[in-house]
Amino acid sequence: MVLRRHHDMGGLDAGPVDPSGPGAEHDYAPWEKKVDAILRLVSDQKRRIITVDELRRGIEELGPGVYDELSYYERWIASITNLLVEKGVIEIDELGRRMAEITADWPAGGVADAEPKA
Amino acid sequence: MAHDHSHPHPHQPDLEETPLTHYQAMTEAVGQLLIEKGIITGEELRATLESIDSKSPAGGARVVARAWVDPDFKARLLVDVNKAAEELGIDAGIIPIRAVENTAGVHNVIVCTLCSCYPRNLIGLPPDWYKARSYRSRAVREPRAVLAEFGTAIPDDVELRVHDSTADLRYMVLPARPAGSEGLDEAALAELVTRDCMIGVTLPKSPGA
Amino acid sequence: MTARFAIGAKVSVRAAYPPGHVRTPFFVRGKTGVVTEIMGAYRNPEALAYGRDGEPALPLYRVQFQTAELWDDYGGGAADSTVVDIYENWLDPAEA
Repeated sequence: MVLRRHHDMGGLDAGPVDPSGPGAEHDYAPWEKKVDAILRLVSDQKRRIITVDELRRGIEELGPGVYDELSYYERWIASITNLLVEKGVIEIDELGRRMAEITADWPAGGVADAEPKA
Repeated sequence: MAHDHSHPHPHQPDLEETPLTHYQAMTEAVGQLLIEKGIITGEELRATLESIDSKSPAGGARVVARAWVDPDFKARLLVDVNKAAEELGIDAGIIPIRAVENTAGVHNVIVCTLCSCYPRNLIGLPPDWYKARSYRSRAVREPRAVLAEFGTAIPDDVELRVHDSTADLRYMVLPARPAGSEGLDEAALAELVTRDCMIGVTLPKSPGA
Repeated sequence: MTARFAIGAKVSVRAAYPPGHVRTPFFVRGKTGVVTEIMGAYRNPEALAYGRDGEPALPLYRVQFQTAELWDDYGGGAADSTVVDIYENWLDPAEA
């Protein structure tokens, strides 16, 4: 029986904190801010489509491997998207088509990280 | 830094030479679909991005500096940060934020071990280290060692109080006013207040430093 | 809102390990602390996380622990403490 879930890490051993490492002062990338903005809008008083607790649950349910592999806002958009599909707000088919179009239109193309992991 | 968010066009000119990742494409697609379905508008998205860009540690620094010069304001701040910030014309959002005060006997540090809760509506988005496994794991078990990594030493006879923001509130530290700052006005005091000292991993800057 | 515990009450955090979304960190489960503040009632995150309405709302407490009681090998000051926000369903009265 698993007692401690992987996101619940208070007290575990880990390496040193890097107060001046990359990301200590940097501005967030535009797409990262867009993820934050989308979450704020779909969870606001007007829409109430997603709660922060659903977002968190979705992130936790990515599982230990993916949780650690993805960056912070990658985890967010993965969870937000799953929730929007579950709730019938967007369809998987239209999402897949749109992602393919956006990647094809992108001047530098897409990276191979869309490949399913073994 | 400051990217231009005045238009919702997805192709940021400075990024077009970098291949798009899977999750960047997902973000773009979700944003477009939500707009096309009328769930959000492009204007709302733009305004929200602008609001995110408008939040920075400077907002928190103004609140702290006012608390240092005005004891009545400080009392109100310790009850309700959002309301007190409003007095300064700062919109700190609807998620309740509480301030915990550093005193001669207590030094406070904020962490979120379960995710990365942070008073972002007052002081902006968190630094990467705040969201990283090393900080989230160790801040509760060996907070003094973590503070040492920031160059901060708290005497052993001072209580180090770590706050794990697990629930519906967000926390910020009200640092103690530094020695030697007696002659400074509010604006100069705000200059001493850094993001990190409002998380509690450092102390405010010393005047003249 | 009727809060079961008063400020100053000694409370134990349930040593429970449900396999889903909860907001009580592992490191305080089974530990004893003192209620320092009652923050009001908030909708239950364990229900909100699964798309339910989270009602009835639960009283939320700030519970203060002696850090040295949380970790066998704690190397910091004797007075150091740790404060965690905990919903009422996770708390039991502690033996005096």
